[in-house]
Amino acid sequence: MKNIHVSTTVNGDPTEFICAPDESLLDVLRDRLRLTGSKEGCGSGDCGACSVMVDGRLVCSCLVLGAEAEGAKIETIEGMAKGDDLHPLQQHFIDGAALQCGICTPGILVAAKALLEKNPNPTDTEVRYWLAGNLCRCTGYDKIIKAVQAAAAEMRGA
Amino acid sequence: MVKVAIWGSLRRATDGKAEVEVEAGNFKQLLDQLVVQYPGLKPQIKRGVSLALDGKIYRDNWFVKINEDSEVVLMPYMVGG
Amino acid sequence: MALDENGKRTFNIIGTRPPRPDGIDKVTGRAMYGADATAPGMLTGHILRSPHAHAKIKSIDTSAAEALSGVKAVITSADFGVPEDDYTRDVQDNCMAREKVLYDGHAVAAVAAINAGVAKQALKLIKVEYEILPHVTDVDAAMKPDAPIVLAGYAMDGLPKGMSENVTHHFEFGHGDMDAGFAKADKIVERSFTTAATHQGYIEPHACLATMGGDGKGELWVCTQGHYHVRGVCADILGMDASQLRVTASEIGGGFGGKTTVFIEPVALALARKSGRPVKLVMNREEVFRASGPTVSSSTDVKIGMTKDGRITAAHATLRYQGGAFPSGTVQFGAQSAFAAYDLDAVQTIGWNVMTNRPKEAAYRAPGAPMAIYAVESVVDELCQELGLDPLDVRLKNAARKGTKSAYGPTFDDIGLEATLEAAKAHPHYAAPLGPNQGRGLSCGFWFNFGGNTCVTMNLNFDGTVGITEGNPDIGGSRASISMMAAEELGISYDKVRTIVADTNSLGHNDITDGSRVTFAVGLATIKAAREAIKVMCARAAKIWDIDADAVYWEDGFAKPSGPNAGAFEPMSIEEIAASSPNTGGPIAGHHEVNADGAGVSFGVHLVDLEVDPETGATTVLRYTVFQDAGKAVHPDYVEGQMQGGAVQGIGWALNEEYIYGQDGRLQNPGLLDYRIPVASDLPDIDTVILEIPNPGHPYGVRGVGETPIVPPLAAISNAVSRSIGLRMSALPMSPPKILKALKSKG
Repeated sequence: MKNIHVSTTVNGDPTEFICAPDESLLDVLRDRLRLTGSKEGCGSGDCGACSVMVDGRLVCSCLVLGAEAEGAKIETIEGMAKGDDLHPLQQHFIDGAALQCGICTPGILVAAKALLEKNPNPTDTEVRYWLAGNLCRCTGYDKIIKAVQAAAAEMRGA
Repeated sequence: MVKVAIWGSLRRATDGKAEVEVEAGNFKQLLDQLVVQYPGLKPQIKRGVSLALDGKIYRDNWFVKINEDSEVVLMPYMVGG
Repeated sequence: MALDENGKRTFNIIGTRPPRPDGIDKVTGRAMYGADATAPGMLTGHILRSPHAHAKIKSIDTSAAEALSGVKAVITSADFGVPEDDYTRDVQDNCMAREKVLYDGHAVAAVAAINAGVAKQALKLIKVEYEILPHVTDVDAAMKPDAPIVLAGYAMDGLPKGMSENVTHHFEFGHGDMDAGFAKADKIVERSFTTAATHQGYIEPHACLATMGGDGKGELWVCTQGHYHVRGVCADILGMDASQLRVTASEIGGGFGGKTTVFIEPVALALARKSGRPVKLVMNREEVFRASGPTVSSSTDVKIGMTKDGRITAAHATLRYQGGAFPSGTVQFGAQSAFAAYDLDAVQTIGWNVMTNRPKEAAYRAPGAPMAIYAVESVVDELCQELGLDPLDVRLKNAARKGTKSAYGPTFDDIGLEATLEAAKAHPHYAAPLGPNQGRGLSCGFWFNFGGNTCVTMNLNFDGTVGITEGNPDIGGSRASISMMAAEELGISYDKVRTIVADTNSLGHNDITDGSRVTFAVGLATIKAAREAIKVMCARAAKIWDIDADAVYWEDGFAKPSGPNAGAFEPMSIEEIAASSPNTGGPIAGHHEVNADGAGVSFGVHLVDLEVDPETGATTVLRYTVFQDAGKAVHPDYVEGQMQGGAVQGIGWALNEEYIYGQDGRLQNPGLLDYRIPVASDLPDIDTVILEIPNPGHPYGVRGVGETPIVPPLAAISNAVSRSIGLRMSALPMSPPKILKALKSKG
């Protein structure tokens, strides 16, 4: 099988890569583009550590083929801060100790950002259900939910 | 002489005694004396034991001082997760 | 008791909640974990694993794989020697099967190839001829005299005759007259329990990057809880001097005890040695489940006698733990901790470690304690119900306290159990009303904690800032705590300190990050290293002032003359001393090396309200509160984080998580869809109450906190479910079908 040439946009930058037809977007991001912020916890869409945005839609990048990125807009954790300015979610995750080992953190931040873009004022239950596809084994989720709500409040200007 | 508490399953090596007495001023002397007096303890001591001295657990420290009136309890070597 | 020879009791930084030093790296995706590193010319390693639970390896033919274009090395056990040391040999045999495969997923061969596609293709070309042997995966079945033997010759001295050779160890603990104790009881409850094997469930699979040059020097980048341990074991297996293998710990994506051993690292090094190229080896999730180190599964009998007014008169437990395909050392900790929360006149525990055809167990937070204390706390709860007594009052009445001869032997010093129980009793949670189908449960928990071998260096930079070099992978925010303790001791601000985890060449040996030891032991060594540096800084100031070093003391980041007789000198700041250090004798550092003892035991109490749906058998946790003695909470956020994370792992253990083996001995649920760990929508907030009963063994009173929180949830949840459905549950996990079955049996 011949590799496929793909033209796409990653975190706003025009990007080209080649990949095997059966290569996941996650492998492309990590191994070919060296964007290792997206993590592989399961490879089967169960843990959410590889969450990225494709054309504004939250996906597990382990379940998307690299070839599908042709012409798409990809957003990863590496594009979340603007230079040194952290996104409010990132800042509140640090301030609120919403991470311990940090391996799930990139995926959870990407997913939480997607939630707040859709629903700037979610209930705790809505946050918990939205993040149900993102596994965290260290925190018991308590401080994650609180950090998302603190960021949401700041972003609403509350 | 120091009184040393021996856990249940090790007592087969101490003629069933729950407590034995040895002449020892530190952990190393205690282990050496235990092996001399009760050779059946040697395999477990080789596998590893901890020493609880007046309630404080020591894992390796040979030269921790033991007084005659110290409470000395032999324990399996401690690990954790 | 004096906490500290320096008499420090008030804190400026300890107890505050500054941002963690690795925070920005981790929220931006910059942090480098095990699978994130690359090297020029790097190959990809893959491992071929046994599809059988137990089989003799008759032959392995790797010739077709070796001939495949792009394959650079293929190895089997023949590429390793046979270590003389039993422990090293067992670890090696677990990493790569020799003669027999012992469990579904046991490694038999490995390849290194130019990419994953070629590597996977090569695995398919390896021909392994097996002779299938009978297998056993259940602990009680494995103890029977006619059970298939997993490995012969491992039974320790003194085991009773007539038992299966799978039984490797026997332990007994306790004191007092059992018969007399039970004779005094008004009520005796005797019950048997089982718990399933669970997995630590760290989200980051095992990963490493190995390089071995032709000069015999090796480099290993690895996610591990203990890179010095990895170095030692790998050097032994590969026949290298420890000095020639440098191991660097990556950021670690969760461990919980599961990354305290080696599974793939010697294989990666052997592939690198054979191919002459760097090799990255990363487990996938299925491999993590089948071939890393889950917990033991257990089968336990508990018998407890109690008087009408709630005094325990005698307590007995027999614990049978299966720890997989090699001898495990876990039941002794269950047998010692089972009754640790109680002040008992008559207590006995008996433990058996047993081998089965499952992956070798590894530590998981307070290894051995959760299953034992689950069974004990379930029976105590049942006695409270039978006798119409308040379960907290009964625990307070029987609580171990300072001066109690513990069930495992030693007499307790200052411990926080009573204060923790009182806090639970006074908490509004305990008095809140319950609705229909709801139940409240509670349980005590305990872990020993320890200290261990630790090295810390404190370097004073010329600008007066401080670098701390320590050697324990940070699994829960320890770099923050260590920086805080250094800043506290030096009297400077937190942001002037940076703590890094060094590689194996940069410091002397550091034990694994386990046993809840890091904040205690590395903290202790940091404080002592800082004190050593302070001594040097005072001496330098004395030199400049031309007075005796003894006439200078340290306070809040300044050297000060100790009184009018010493001279009227302006205090000299750490910055001034650092800047002038080239003129006063050279760079300034402090270091401390210790095998720390005196960690101080830890107790906790968990309180849970939940609701069981009678239609589906599904359990919803409604409210959860954790009470725990932290000695002194250095960074309360991360103490709470340990309490919350441990509680939720325990909730998963109680309600959902289990290793399911088929009749064929194969693991049926090696994925995160079918092995279901708690997700955010399963849970309520986890409330925490930190008690601070100082540990006399640490300068600031710190106790380890990481392990105890996983202990109480199993019984707390089971007790709440049992009270909710009016039926005593005795097997974990209590997944919906099991609860439904119990409800139906009740009619």
